[in-house]
Amino acid sequence: MTAMSTRGFARLASGAAGTNFGYLDEQTKRMIRRAILKAVAIPGYQVPFASREMPMPYGWGTGGVQVTAAVLGPADVLKVIDQGSDDTTNAVSIRQFFARTSGIATTTSTAAASVIQTRHRIPEHRLKEGQVLVYQVPIPEPLRFLEPRETETRRMHALSEYGLMHVKLYEDIARHGHIATTYAYPVQVAGRYVMDPSPTPKFDNPKMDDCPALQLFGAGRERRIYAVPPYTRVRSLEFEDHPFTVQRFDRPCALCGAADTYLDEVVTDDRGGRIFVCSDTDHCEERRAAGHRGEAA
Amino acid sequence: MQPLVELENVSKSFTLHLRGGLRLPVVSGASLVAHPGECVVLGGPSGAGKSSLLRMIHGNYRCDAGRILVRDGAEPVDIATAEPRRILALRRGVMGHVSQFLRVIPRIGALEVVAAAGREAGLEAGAARDQAAALLARLNLPERLWHLPPATFSGGEQQRVNIARGFIAHRPVLLLDEPTASLDARNRTVVVELIAAKQAAGAAVIGIFHDQDVREAVATRVVDVTRFAAQAA
Amino acid sequence: MTPLLSARGLTKLYPGGRGCREVSLELDAGEVLAVVGESGSGKSTLLSLLATELAADAGRIDYRLRDGTVRDLLVLGEAERRLLLRTDWGFIRQDATQGLRMAVSAGGNVGERLMAVGARHYGNIREAARDWLERVEIAPARMDDSPRGFSGGMRQRLQIARNLVTQPRLVLMDEPTSGLDVSVQARLLDLIRGLVAELGLAVVIVTHDLAVARLLSHRILVMKDGRVIESGLTDQVLDDPAAPYTQLLVSSVLAA
Repeated sequence: MTAMSTRGFARLASGAAGTNFGYLDEQTKRMIRRAILKAVAIPGYQVPFASREMPMPYGWGTGGVQVTAAVLGPADVLKVIDQGSDDTTNAVSIRQFFARTSGIATTTSTAAASVIQTRHRIPEHRLKEGQVLVYQVPIPEPLRFLEPRETETRRMHALSEYGLMHVKLYEDIARHGHIATTYAYPVQVAGRYVMDPSPTPKFDNPKMDDCPALQLFGAGRERRIYAVPPYTRVRSLEFEDHPFTVQRFDRPCALCGAADTYLDEVVTDDRGGRIFVCSDTDHCEERRAAGHRGEAA
Repeated sequence: MQPLVELENVSKSFTLHLRGGLRLPVVSGASLVAHPGECVVLGGPSGAGKSSLLRMIHGNYRCDAGRILVRDGAEPVDIATAEPRRILALRRGVMGHVSQFLRVIPRIGALEVVAAAGREAGLEAGAARDQAAALLARLNLPERLWHLPPATFSGGEQQRVNIARGFIAHRPVLLLDEPTASLDARNRTVVVELIAAKQAAGAAVIGIFHDQDVREAVATRVVDVTRFAAQAA
Repeated sequence: MTPLLSARGLTKLYPGGRGCREVSLELDAGEVLAVVGESGSGKSTLLSLLATELAADAGRIDYRLRDGTVRDLLVLGEAERRLLLRTDWGFIRQDATQGLRMAVSAGGNVGERLMAVGARHYGNIREAARDWLERVEIAPARMDDSPRGFSGGMRQRLQIARNLVTQPRLVLMDEPTSGLDVSVQARLLDLIRGLVAELGLAVVIVTHDLAVARLLSHRILVMKDGRVIESGLTDQVLDDPAAPYTQLLVSSVLAA
């Protein structure tokens, strides 16, 4: 845990100055921090917390926003992405929300950010020690797909009864010939708890493993917080004869030429023209600024 | 020679709770023995308790008083007091029973019904099948019926399947409850031969036979059950 | 040899007096025990107690594990108990939707127990599932179909495959044939009978149908008002019933 004794933990322990800094009152923030500390202590375990009403609807990342509010300090620099982009309505409004309620600096640069709140992606740029990645989570329970009773899923977690997760993968292969789950692909954290990495593409799963940054997950509607401390083993579930693989793209980014990033399909005109470009807009722009070019640029 | 079956002072009555506790006496103070190689025929008019006595030996009816000893190897087992598991073990390995009615599961063909009985008595699967086929052939059951479930058979055909089931394995004690009742003369003769073969192999047979000619052909001894007739209490 | 299963003094009472009072039973490997009685007799409560799905007010359930040691299930740790239930035990339920995962394919339903005990080779799991589906007479072509599209009889057969795939030694059955057409019932009973004999399973089957009890079981318990009022060899109890209630039960059916 030495790696944790950097800014991540210092921030959790200190608390912020102003009463309304980060919108939430200090007591609420302390309650959320306690949940976060517990989550960090038990990697992958879903910690219940008293989720508050936020000035935005559920589904807009209220869980992530509360976690972010609880960990932000005045010196932090915040980046918010949605599907890899800093420019969507959701990302922009959350960034503005924190700029307004805490007066902190914001950025679109992964490298410059100390806290990154995300929906659906992990930045391509390798995260570093001291950074905190906050995930917005809609459904935290990976077992729910097959076992709707929460009393039962809790017991299954407690007893490490995770056969059911493989049933889900089995169903995938039986139906599609391969594991067709491409988002929210289940992982096992530190050899113990099975966790839903939120609807990130499985392309990003390997980035969670042994990651130098602290990863926090907040589910507002479901009132759960869970975490992956820095440098923790995160394994994607698999079968011996159907190992975990990430998506491959058969062409590089049309803008920056990157061949190792997650691509989005973008319609370019009304005649069915389309190109594939980096989903991580900041990463793509940095590469272009450095002189990399794709076929459409 | 030690008897294989020995009844000592056996009594039985039915209490009909649905008829105000009416007591129907069946037999009282019944005693009989059957030695290896013997065929003891139970005689007496219908209603004298012959069938009930056979069922008591088989453990199908309870015994109120007395002892019913069936020899399992060197060990005499008292059916009147034995645990259900002990009785089931005796039925598997020691005593066979052929009743007038065939009670089988739907869907299973006649040959398999007979072979299953053989396996249950300890025969190896191939041998059970061969012997089942041989018995059904000997009992003149048309081969086209062998793979059909006996539920649809005529009474005589069902009875022959039943007999084959009872005779397939060698058990030292054989209880026969009117096995020839619905058979024609030709098949009655086959059954008489089968019984004689069991006796020759050292089995003790206790049976009820409606037909005079069969009775005369197989009986080494006739025990008149009327002398065990119970008096209504 | 100690019995495979031995329950003693099992009691569970509900407000109003229903439930199950001081029931004791023993079961050996390869033995089929039928529990009969009318609804409200406590037979289903007894089965839930044996399955440890219901907490008993009093009593104990001793079970002989594969290594020969005998443990009281009621004091066994939860993890160990649950592992035992989904490997060495089976439970065939009356309502197949309670016993199956309806959102999962037939093959997945059968494979689940294997995956639960650590099987991680898709091809092997599938092979085992296919094998078991065939044994319960479900065409391999239906393997990837949802049980939602299965008939009542097929669903029950799928439950059987799902339970037997880990080769349990004890299977509990709760009215497995009720609600099915007569011909479908016959086929299912026949299948159960064959598998029980072939695998040497110990079975506790709860049924209100005396014909089912006669066909499948070696021994029988008759329950009334939460108590066992008569027990013994199945054919003896059905052909020569002693207790007034058993006589009533037997005389109430046309031909058992």
